[in-house]
Amino acid sequence: MPPEKAPETGNGTGMPARGPTKHFVGIDSGSWTTKAVVIDETGTVLGSAVVQSAADLTGASARALEQAASRAGVAFDEATIWATGFGRASIEIASGSRTGLDCHARGVRHYVRGALAVLDIGGQDAKVIKLDEQGHRVSHKMNRKCAAGTGSFLDEIALRLGVPVSDLGDLASGYREELELGSFCTVFTATELLGAIRQGKRPADLARAAYKSIVKRVLEMAQFDRPVVATGGVIAHHPMVVALLTEALGRDIVVPPHPQEMGAFGAALAARDAASESPQHARG
Amino acid sequence: MTTPLASTSRLKDVLSVYFHELDDAARTHSAPVAWCSSVGPVELLRALGYRVFFPENHSAMLGAARTANHYMTRAHALGYSPDSCSYLSSDVGAYLSGETALARYGIAEVPHPDVLVFNTNQCRDVRDWFDYYAREWDVPAIGITSFRCLDRIEQDHVDAIALQHERLVAPLEAIAGRRLDAPNLEETLRLSREGSGLWRAVLETATHRPSPLSFFEATIQMAPAVVLRGTEEACAYYRLLLAELQDRVSRKVAAVSGERFRIYWEGMPIWGKLRALSELFESLRTCVVASTYCNSWIFDALDPADPFRSMARSSLELFIVRAEQAKERYLEQMAGQYQVDGLLFHDCRTCPNNSNSRYGMPGRLRERLGLPVLSVDGDVNDLRCYSEEQSMTSIEGFVEQLAEAF
Repeated sequence: MPPEKAPETGNGTGMPARGPTKHFVGIDSGSWTTKAVVIDETGTVLGSAVVQSAADLTGASARALEQAASRAGVAFDEATIWATGFGRASIEIASGSRTGLDCHARGVRHYVRGALAVLDIGGQDAKVIKLDEQGHRVSHKMNRKCAAGTGSFLDEIALRLGVPVSDLGDLASGYREELELGSFCTVFTATELLGAIRQGKRPADLARAAYKSIVKRVLEMAQFDRPVVATGGVIAHHPMVVALLTEALGRDIVVPPHPQEMGAFGAALAARDAASESPQHARG
Repeated sequence: MTTPLASTSRLKDVLSVYFHELDDAARTHSAPVAWCSSVGPVELLRALGYRVFFPENHSAMLGAARTANHYMTRAHALGYSPDSCSYLSSDVGAYLSGETALARYGIAEVPHPDVLVFNTNQCRDVRDWFDYYAREWDVPAIGITSFRCLDRIEQDHVDAIALQHERLVAPLEAIAGRRLDAPNLEETLRLSREGSGLWRAVLETATHRPSPLSFFEATIQMAPAVVLRGTEEACAYYRLLLAELQDRVSRKVAAVSGERFRIYWEGMPIWGKLRALSELFESLRTCVVASTYCNSWIFDALDPADPFRSMARSSLELFIVRAEQAKERYLEQMAGQYQVDGLLFHDCRTCPNNSNSRYGMPGRLRERLGLPVLSVDGDVNDLRCYSEEQSMTSIEGFVEQLAEAF
């Protein structure tokens, strides 16, 4: 995973947003990275940031918030902040929270209407959230207690192949032979990889096989019986996963804007929605 | 937070007496001691004067005390796979460590049995478990090898299992040193049936809104239904508890304050996380009102007038013995009776026989009942198989989903 994401501004000017608009911030405290997104009342993204979570969730959320707010030109102490992600309970500055399931669905729904399957592939978890025609969640599934099918798996494979994970996609794009990695388990896959290296298999082919393995793992989580919208850091930084998903499903999948920050974006939308609804949504 | 059930203080006394009587019998040989699988032929044993110990209850105590993971690795090292029953590995591991969950009652070791009696109606693991101690202590392990995966229970099934019950009598008489007294057996069945009815009534108080009882409380309250089945002590305790719960119903005292949603729990408890899960559901104002697990100690078929066939039938009617079709009919009936808003399936890593999410049932029930269904990965005792963060998020997200639908 890249440590920081390039700044994003939503007003098309490259300049911070100004005016009397009320602002909302979502912070997604993930296992690998912490994301923050600042939006206005229309849901336009004014600024965002991605930082490493590491062992200091509070510190990471403060850094992400500061960077996103700075990029948006917004004073975050005047914004309404909501949190999501595994570390959401640690973000004391947030006045409300929602699960990542809610926020990813909410964020995606902002961009795409109708019955959907949201496929989110993050650093240490993958989830499939199904929405009905009205955009209501009808079910969700999360990966089993295993790194296979998540970003951590790619980190492990990149390490074994001796390349930075950010270069794994470039490496895989030079593949010549389609190989299969059959193991369920990341550790077993690493062993399988070593066996293949001993047999003289090319790193590019093995990198491609690792991407195919991720896709197989996530596709077995659920039936993709409706249009698929893909989000998460793996989707944002590994386009080969998107290409392989498209190939496997036999149809296009939608990648919305800022896929890695979709949870944070959804949290910001939740803050906005709560402000216009009843106060019961806030953290009790 | 809702006030704890007052009956629980009496429950502690009831269980203390039970364990001390067992301990005394084992140490002084004042009565024969049998170990029995939790839905095994306990009526037969009690009628023959046995004091009966249930190792599954012991393992649950190890799990609830969160010591199970400390012990189970010793059994794994002995060759019992980490994927095999964590009840078995916790209990055997504790034995190998020279420790017991009964220490909380001032008892130094589990009561050594004169015989181990299993019924494989629930799983093969109880037999493997008892075989370990049979080898260790050179005592017989005998029991009933059950049919499994039954949709409809036919008379042939009942007759075959009744015959196996009858064939246990002679060896059990020989070990006990006394003959089976028919009126004694009938009285034990009568008490078992009465206790079962009272336990059902206790659980069915949760059909009320708000529910006066949650699954998490019920897993504690169920102890007499398991370890004192066929005794007046169990009946007396459940009369007391039922009266307290009926009083809660009349005063609309909720197990979960401000109950918004009602959930059905399918599968084993996660003993080491009962409190955390209970608190989570409470914070979400969601009550787990019913479970397959707590209802598994209801034996409607027991009939003192026909002891052997009725014991056989009741051992076969249990949910865990049944095929998917019968299980789905049962869950549909329970979902309606308890007016649940959703079902939660616990996929218990080391207990495949008590995990019903592995052959597509959650999806079929979602369609059939029109209710949201959630599966959570975990284990009855092995907390290494449970991701707290992921599960909590999943459950919280599930309740968000319920709220969104309303």
